[in-house]
Amino acid sequence: MAKITYREAVRAGLREALQNNPRVFLMGEDVGKYGGTYACSKGLLDEFGPERIRDTPLSESTFVGAGIGAALGGMRPIVEVMTVNFSLLALDQIVNNAATIRHMSGGQFSIPLIVRMATGAGRQVAAQHSHSLEGWYAHIPGITVLAPATVTDARGMLLAALQEPDPVFIFEHAYLYPLEGELDESGLPVDLTLAAIRRAGTDISLITFGGSLWKALEAADQLAHEGISAEVVDLRILRPLDISTVLTSVRKTHRAVVIDEGWRTGSFAAEVSAQIMEGAFYDLDGPVGRVCSVEVPIPYPKHLEDAALPQPEKILQAVHSLMGR
Amino acid sequence: MNTPLMPDEIRQTVLCLLGEIAPEADLTALKPGVNFRDQLDIDSMDFLNFVIMIHKAFGVEIPEADYPKYGTLNGCVEQLSDKRVT
Amino acid sequence: MAEFVMPTLGSDMTEGTLVEWKKKVGDRVVKGEIFAEVDTEKAAIEIESFHTGVVEQLLTKPGERVPVGRVMAIIREEGTQAPPTIQAAASPLPLQRISPKAPVSSLHPAPPQIAAPDTEPGRRRISPAARKLAGELGMDPAFVQGTGPGGAITLEDIQRNAQTRRQQPSTPPAFAGETGDRQTKMRQTIAAAMARSKREIPHYYLSTTIDLGRAMTWLQEENLTRPVADRLLYGVLLIKAVALALRQVPELNALWKENTAVQSPGIHVGVAISLRQGGLIAPAIHDTDKQSLGELMSRFQDIVKRARTGTLRSSELSDPTITVTSLGEQGVETVFGVIYPPQVALIGFGKVVERPWVIGKQVVSRPVVTASLSADHRATDGHRGGVFLSAVDRLLQEPGQL
Repeated sequence: MAKITYREAVRAGLREALQNNPRVFLMGEDVGKYGGTYACSKGLLDEFGPERIRDTPLSESTFVGAGIGAALGGMRPIVEVMTVNFSLLALDQIVNNAATIRHMSGGQFSIPLIVRMATGAGRQVAAQHSHSLEGWYAHIPGITVLAPATVTDARGMLLAALQEPDPVFIFEHAYLYPLEGELDESGLPVDLTLAAIRRAGTDISLITFGGSLWKALEAADQLAHEGISAEVVDLRILRPLDISTVLTSVRKTHRAVVIDEGWRTGSFAAEVSAQIMEGAFYDLDGPVGRVCSVEVPIPYPKHLEDAALPQPEKILQAVHSLMGR
Repeated sequence: MNTPLMPDEIRQTVLCLLGEIAPEADLTALKPGVNFRDQLDIDSMDFLNFVIMIHKAFGVEIPEADYPKYGTLNGCVEQLSDKRVT
Repeated sequence: MAEFVMPTLGSDMTEGTLVEWKKKVGDRVVKGEIFAEVDTEKAAIEIESFHTGVVEQLLTKPGERVPVGRVMAIIREEGTQAPPTIQAAASPLPLQRISPKAPVSSLHPAPPQIAAPDTEPGRRRISPAARKLAGELGMDPAFVQGTGPGGAITLEDIQRNAQTRRQQPSTPPAFAGETGDRQTKMRQTIAAAMARSKREIPHYYLSTTIDLGRAMTWLQEENLTRPVADRLLYGVLLIKAVALALRQVPELNALWKENTAVQSPGIHVGVAISLRQGGLIAPAIHDTDKQSLGELMSRFQDIVKRARTGTLRSSELSDPTITVTSLGEQGVETVFGVIYPPQVALIGFGKVVERPWVIGKQVVSRPVVTASLSADHRATDGHRGGVFLSAVDRLLQEPGQL
């Protein structure tokens, strides 16, 4: 296994996609000459040329709409949106077109579109760049919502997304780009129907996704020192949600804490919690706990930003309170 | 007018009082010459209550030093026959 | 609004059967007044009210079996409004439902982390998984102690309870069926309390032989002055001496709660009374240290009588802070007692016997008694136990001061 950064893993996935399928192209703000805001597409312009690596104007509605059109026309576009905050400008295209055309056309047209975007906080880039709205996207039927948290998933989920006939939205937590991990070089696309158990345990299930996975794993390490065996479930596919993996885990541990960087009210954690209640109520030994972001625009100062986000200590607190310790 | 009590009357009354104190006991099998406490499940509190009942029923004063004399059915009859009901 | 719940009358009690209400709805009840009569495994007990007010609702019917802690009645305390309606649940589980409180408007849109819901009065907190397992095991969770957050019964509590039951096949479940007669039930409750005591309490034992010469002589003279109905038994001297010695060593007059010994503000000596049908009960003589010997004697007589006729009061069973037992009448020389949890000590007295005793250089015959202390080593050490026994001895050498 080779160690590479998450950013390099995304780039590797893009390169493979571009190499393997001539209909794949990448477009977005600064993806070409600048190499991508997060340097994910660095070098790709030189390698694949301006026809396939296209810089776009600062108009999310336009270039996401163009991507939908290209997909309708038989292409395999990969659209990069700089951050989830900016993707809101394209919501009309996403919700009213991308997600509905298969349904509205009676199955005659499909939109094999991939939209990638950065999400999440933790880098002191303030409230207009730091939000975690993937939970909103998971609300929309007609699209697939992915949240790769490991380098293997960053690459493998992109490749799997290229097999999908309908729009796929990939949320890359910006905090993860520089982090290194070991890449599973089997080269297999990730199965987009299964959540992943990142750490097996017996006493409590920590259920999370994206950037919070690493905080959950850190908390699980701490808990192990206290003699509490935590199982860490990486949801990684928010829609369609693999609830059966979650329920299997909760039926084993009887306790669950959901960690989600989104704001607490109406969060994706709320959905997971509700589904646990529906599917495993009689296996629960306590209420489902949630660790979410504080309900404020994500602050700029580091101490306030840290305080606003889920942290390993908050996860420990939630676990302790659930276990009566 | 003081009338001596008949031994049978005394026996009947004493057995009656014992029955109140140890209701589970079979008093027909009580040996008259043997100490109650060796035959019945009674403790010092029960015995004290028994003495108080004797005192009330027969109107006799019983100093503590005389308690042992009231320990058997025969003893009770003997002690109480000497007394007169006033 | 106050709730009248089934009280726990000693650590071995898990449930009681309501015999009768002593008050009707609308009656006024004063704190300390007898409110209900309840039949426990050990005896019929008169239960006192903990509140003063008007009886608003009686939720339990005579003949109903009620687990400890369940709300049996609602008392409207003086100066409060009429309450929301409460209905007794018809389910076999000991649940009560109370109509929800009016919603409280909040300026804070975010709910707290893992919001703990207000526990409804009379409703036991139990996790769904624990309830399910209890159901599978045929166990009534109402009788399981909850150790989870807010006292909730967790899966582990049920498992532990089930395991304890398995490990003690000779001990039938604490909640024997209707079939068990009182004898059997009493044996079971004693079994549960004593097994728990021996399982959890690291006992240590100390004993000393006390010269009762002066005490017996004093008692004889004292009794000469008393009419037959007021005479004292030497046992009350022992009880009083124990109570006064506890003032000097208050660590022994304590209850073990959540890993610490909590000293009791009052000294309420529980006196072990054997019942004619078998079994025993140890009700408290309240404020033992403050009673004169005469008062103590009449209280003692009264409590023995009521223990045997089954008319003890709830506070007498729930309040003992230490137990005294005497087995001297059975000829026993030394008692090695088992502490009654959550108390932390038990004092035993053996038979008063005439023994050779050295006073000065002379060997004389004296009446002596062996006093023994069983104490919880978590709460006290042998040194304090020794100080206590010698205090009892000293006090018995000055019977006139008792």
